[in-house]
Amino acid sequence: MSDMSLNETIHPKDGHEPSMGDYYALMKPRVMSLVVFTALVGLLVSPVPVHPFIGFVGILCIAVGAGASGALNMWWDADIDAIMKRTAKRPIPSGKVAPGEALGIGVALSFFSVVLLWLATNALAAGLLAFTIFFYAVVYSMWLKRLTPQNIVIGGAAGAFPPMIGWAVATGSVTIESVLMFMLIFMWTPPHFWALALFVKTDYGDAGVPMLTETHGRDSTRKHVIVYTALLVPVAIGLGFTSIGGPVYLTVAVLMNAWFFKGAYDIWKRDDAAADADNYAVEKSVFKVSLYYLFAHFVALLIEAALRLNTGTF
Amino acid sequence: MAIKVEHEIHQRRKGRNMGVGLLLAGMIAIVFGLTVVKVLQLGDVTKFEKFDHVARPQIIPEEESN
Repeated sequence: MSDMSLNETIHPKDGHEPSMGDYYALMKPRVMSLVVFTALVGLLVSPVPVHPFIGFVGILCIAVGAGASGALNMWWDADIDAIMKRTAKRPIPSGKVAPGEALGIGVALSFFSVVLLWLATNALAAGLLAFTIFFYAVVYSMWLKRLTPQNIVIGGAAGAFPPMIGWAVATGSVTIESVLMFMLIFMWTPPHFWALALFVKTDYGDAGVPMLTETHGRDSTRKHVIVYTALLVPVAIGLGFTSIGGPVYLTVAVLMNAWFFKGAYDIWKRDDAAADADNYAVEKSVFKVSLYYLFAHFVALLIEAALRLNTGTF
Repeated sequence: MAIKVEHEIHQRRKGRNMGVGLLLAGMIAIVFGLTVVKVLQLGDVTKFEKFDHVARPQIIPEEESN
């Protein structure tokens, strides 16, 4: 008996053999790197010391869980990914990986990451990871992404959970510190993404995905940027007054929030005619600032943790 | 009769098979490492010992053994 029949069933088109790299691409490695960074900060800034190996396994599980939800997202969105230029080369629409394989990998890795995290750490961390995967794959991808232009706000919540899970890995609890770390990413995502949406011509509309710039117009998007940035500022500053904050974090937060808010204000004050005139210089600059913004806040939290370690306080 | 590769699929899937092998080895290492760390964290290893149909005086509480 030949196993070619099996091969033909899985890859009927051209017999392309998926490589490990194709499977890895299913897991959205760039998103995973952000998840690893924020989850690691959540774990390291917590007041409870964690054995390095358990910490490593915890972060690995969070990364694998994020990758699993990425695979499930790619399985569900294969139809619209094929339409949009940015996503047309993803493993499923490009024919490198069969949809069923992506679903299998997504489901298997979801269970694997949650169960291993439970065994290695605690039920709360595992439960939060399970909820995050469910939220991204089902609530965001399957339900709301194609239904509402607020999709980016909802999707942002899934990206905001990793530091909370990292904190739960160490402490086994959810506290004001982890909630504010969650809120920081949650409130940061919309202005970050909408600043990008203003200067990048997307084809979400062709794929039937409602985006704020198209459903409510670009002026409304500009208003949304300033409103969400205004809501973000107290969250970011407030984190500095919790047990994981301090003078270094507060200094960074005040400077970065002033910089980001000034950018959001500039976006709000101008219209598309002005933006066209300078090739969206302000929008591009604010998008860059938003990247520095999040990185700086989490690095500042790490510095505060290192200072506490040196002085022996917590 | 000598054992030989009977199909080109073995060559074609070599990279994937190696990858799966490495992942499985990694999983074994993780589970083993976790077991070692968890047991060492118990401090007192007798907490981990249970009766196993064999009388073991070292895990009988003090008051009972006297």
